[in-house]
This record gives sequence, structure tokens and C-alpha cells, in this order.
Amino acid sequence: MKAFTFPQVLTDRSFHYCPGCHHGIAHRLLAEVLEELGVQERAYGVASIGCACFLYYYFDVDICEAPHGRACAAATGAKRARPELVVFTYQGDGDFAAIGLTESLHAAARGERITAIMINNTVYGMTGGQLSPTTLPGQRTTTTPEGRDPRVYGYPLKVAEILAGFPGVAFCARVAVNTPKRVREAKEALRKAFLAQIENRGFGYVEFLSACPVNWKLDAVRAAEKVNELTETFPLGVFRDEV
Amino acid sequence: MKPILVKGSEAIALGALEAGCRCYFGYPITPQNEIPELMARELPKRGGVFLQAESELAAVNMLLGAASTGVRAMTSSSSPGISLMAETFSYLAALELPAVVVNVSRGGPGLGGIEASQGDYFQATRGAGHGDYHFLVLSPASIQEAYELTAKAFELAEKYRQPAMILTDALLGQMKEPLRPRKLRLKKYPKDWALTGAKGRPGRTLRSLYLGPGELRARNELLQKKYRAMRREARAKVLYAEDAELAVTAFGSLSRIVKEAVEMAREKGYPVAFVRPVTLFPFPEKPFRELAARGVRFLVVELNCGQMVEDVRLSVCGRSEVELQAFPPSDLPAPEDIYRRIKRCLAAGK
Repeated sequence: MKAFTFPQVLTDRSFHYCPGCHHGIAHRLLAEVLEELGVQERAYGVASIGCACFLYYYFDVDICEAPHGRACAAATGAKRARPELVVFTYQGDGDFAAIGLTESLHAAARGERITAIMINNTVYGMTGGQLSPTTLPGQRTTTTPEGRDPRVYGYPLKVAEILAGFPGVAFCARVAVNTPKRVREAKEALRKAFLAQIENRGFGYVEFLSACPVNWKLDAVRAAEKVNELTETFPLGVFRDEV
Repeated sequence: MKPILVKGSEAIALGALEAGCRCYFGYPITPQNEIPELMARELPKRGGVFLQAESELAAVNMLLGAASTGVRAMTSSSSPGISLMAETFSYLAALELPAVVVNVSRGGPGLGGIEASQGDYFQATRGAGHGDYHFLVLSPASIQEAYELTAKAFELAEKYRQPAMILTDALLGQMKEPLRPRKLRLKKYPKDWALTGAKGRPGRTLRSLYLGPGELRARNELLQKKYRAMRREARAKVLYAEDAELAVTAFGSLSRIVKEAVEMAREKGYPVAFVRPVTLFPFPEKPFRELAARGVRFLVVELNCGQMVEDVRLSVCGRSEVELQAFPPSDLPAPEDIYRRIKRCLAAGK
């Protein structure tokens, strides 16, 4: 029998995230995986620009801040300098797939032994809900008040599918955390994305479909339900697994 | 020790290796490719890391990541590439990371050219990125000095937990001179801030975001205090000051042409001194203040439209006259060009 415990990797500070936001669940899963893999003492995280830039308040591991979009490059430098570290990035869709797409793709192409986590909520959350590279066609944002028009802004980037074609990527999955079953699957994906680097196989990537109730202008329950709609454009699943 | 014949760029790479640089990240750009090429050959042999990045943006952020773990690390580039790195320079300074950046500068603005230019003086000494910060900036005038100052940059960077820059140009980077790659004794400093994994200690954080009341102000005051403390590293080479009525000043490779002009003038009996700032930040104000107090006037010679002249004017603070002889990029002046100007300056002062 296993008793419910609080992950040691998490500090006892309350998350600052909005009610119904999925960052808290993703944080908790990340903490559990770091603890269960026994790598807390050699973990190195990169806090990116966005809602999760305060990562260092919640994780009792070494954490460095990187400029907007450059997390995978900074993680590359840290991992290359000290290969014994278990290096991860925690980024939003704007950070990973818009301003930082070059750094993200090249780190994956090189097969960097790092784990990249992208929280995909289809908007720029921290700046107030603007168009992001994963905004759905027709989705209203503060900078597409009439909805994303594909004739103007094209179509959302499917990052997990892109990375799946890279030989340097050892594990690549898209997960959601809006049901208990999906939470369990997300944790397993995260574990494998870390094993990809721990076992020296290549780049690990997990994309979380995440609710942003405030910028979606929905309550917490409806926002969690809307994640189901996102899976039509962004199907869940493991796209590459060499772990 | 037997001297070897190397380019300035190679001397910089050798100086970095002598300092124990473990990681190099860079992106190709003329006129500094000898640095990454030498590092690509030598670093892996020594158990170090060489990585060609997908851009200067990526390179400087790899540098940020490596430096954050406490290893000696560097990047190098030339003017347009340095501009691309500028945002992360601000982060390197804010996170107080001892990282070394080399700028083998070329002509600008824009794509400009690939000839020698000193047009990046403001960019180097004023920070280039956003916010109130500085790099420690060293400027060599010979291949031997390129080797020694690069090694020294790693030591000073650790001493002050502070990014340091070598500012040189295509002229020094591309010319060959004998180098004695002597062993250098460099001090090491404790790295109780480095991110090496939270083993037997709480997790450490390197960050620059401060939103609490008064936090950012306190943070800036700490940085400024450090920049003031760095003033003790200010260095300049001063020659023939005793009888001088005019001091001719230049930095980097151009200073060699200027020194020749000063020596031509002295052979003809003109009372001319020579001042070469070795550190560009902190700027060596003292020799300028002291000469100005004696009534010595200044001629600042630069391979740009006039940048260091502002620091000379600030140092002299109105106590003496400061003239500028500017050579915007394209042509290198001959010593005679400067010699003629020296004579005119002295005649005007009578």
C-alpha cells in the first residue's frame, strides 16, 4: 500500500497560477518523476519566459533563467559542460515554438541529451492571451479579435509531429492532464522523456495540452473540457519512442 | 620558450586554452574564424567541449548555460554577430556569470565591411543590451598581448563574477606576429553560486527577474557597487609623459600606428606623449586627469567616427582641450597622417 506523499522536489510554496490552470499538475508530475528517477541532486532546470518563469520558487533543484526562447540553447550549454547533470527546460508554446523555434529544433536535431517540456495552451498566457504559434484557426485572442484567420496567420504548428521526424529525438509525446487517466499517461511520458537523456539515447520531448481559463474566458471546468476540443487539432499520443 | 608565428585570432584561442577554457560555442563569421577552428582542433583533445551553434543567439545562450555550471567558457564573433548576442549579454551581466566574449570587430553599420574598425567601442563599453550594466572590456595591441589579456579576462571574470570582453579588430585578428605562449599563473576564485546539482545543499537559482518592492533597485545597486570596485583594474600604457604638451591617445591595433607617429614626432623634438587604454571598461581615467591637470592637451585617434573621445572628454572634464582625428572604416591611416596632425595640434596650441 502506498500512502499519499508530497514530492520532496517541490518546495512548500503555493503555486501562483490562476485557478484551473494546468501548470500546477504538470509541475507536480515533473517533481514526482525527478524524485522517482532519483535525480533531484543532479537536476538542472531552465526557467523560461512566460507564466512558468517562477519555476525556481517551486522546485528544490538548481535552476537557471534563460532569455525568451533560448532555453534549449542554455540547456545545451549546461549539459555539454557537465554531462552528469539531468537537464530540462520548461517552456510555453510561444517560448518553444515561436521566438525559440530555431533553438528548439536544432537542439532536437543534434540529439541533445536534454528533456524539453512544452506547455501548449494556444495563447501567450502571461502577456494576456495573444495569438501564439499553436492558436487554433478561428480562435479568438486579444490580437486576433475576430479569430485566427488562416489566410492571414496560417495554421498552428504541430511541434510533436515535427520532432517525431528527427533521428536525434529519442522520445516525443503529446499529453493532456484533464482526466485522471491522462494524468497517469502524462507522467509515464515524462518519465520516458527523462530516460531518453539518462540512458544517453537522445532528446526527450513532452508537450502538455494545458488549459488557460483566464485567457480562454472559461471557468476551470469548461476550460478542462475544452482541452478535449484541442485534441482534434493536436492528437494525443507517443510520436517517437526509442527508450 | 621558442616563439611561434600565429595570427591574433589564434593567439586569443591559445590564451583561452592557457586559462583552462573548457567550453567554446560559436557561429562562423569573418574575420575571426581562426578562433573556432583552433578550438575545434584543440578543445576535444583536452577533454573540453567545442560546439558550432545554429546562430550567434544560440551560441551566446549555450555560453550562458555552460558558464552557469561554473566552468570556464567563451564565445567569439565579429560585429554583426555581437549585435545578435546583445540581449543575452544583458542576462549574462544580470546573472553575474563569468563568461568571456571576443569581438574581432569589423566595419559597420549594417553589413559594413570586413576591414579593421573600432566602431564597436560604444557597444562594448556601454553594454549593448538593455538595462544598467557593463562588461569588463580589454583591448590588446599585439599578438602577445592578445594571448595574455584573453587569459587574464577569464581570471578577472571570475574575480568579479562578471562577463568580460576582448575587443580587437580585423587588423590584429588577421596579422601574424611571434608569440611566446608562456605559462601564466591565474588565480581561481570560489564558485559557491554555480549550478552543479543540489547535492547536500538546497537548490540554487540564477535569475534576473525581481518583482518585489525595492528588490530590483537593490539588485542594481549591488551591480553598480561591483562596477565601481572594478575600477581598480583600470590600466593604460603611458609613454613620454614627462615633457609632454600634447598626449596622443588610441587603443588596440591602431595604437601601434599612433605610437609610431608619436615617435616620429619626438625624434623631431616635439613634446608629445602616448597614452593607450588597455582596459576600455573600466576606462583608465587617471592618466588623462593627471595630464590634463598639467595643461597637456589631447589628440584622440580612432578607427571610427569618434567614440572613445567621449570617455577622454569625460576624464578630462573640461580641464584641457581634446581633439579628435577620426578614420571611419575603409582605409588605415599611415603614421605620417597622424604625424602631420600632431604638428598642427602643437602649432595651434602655441
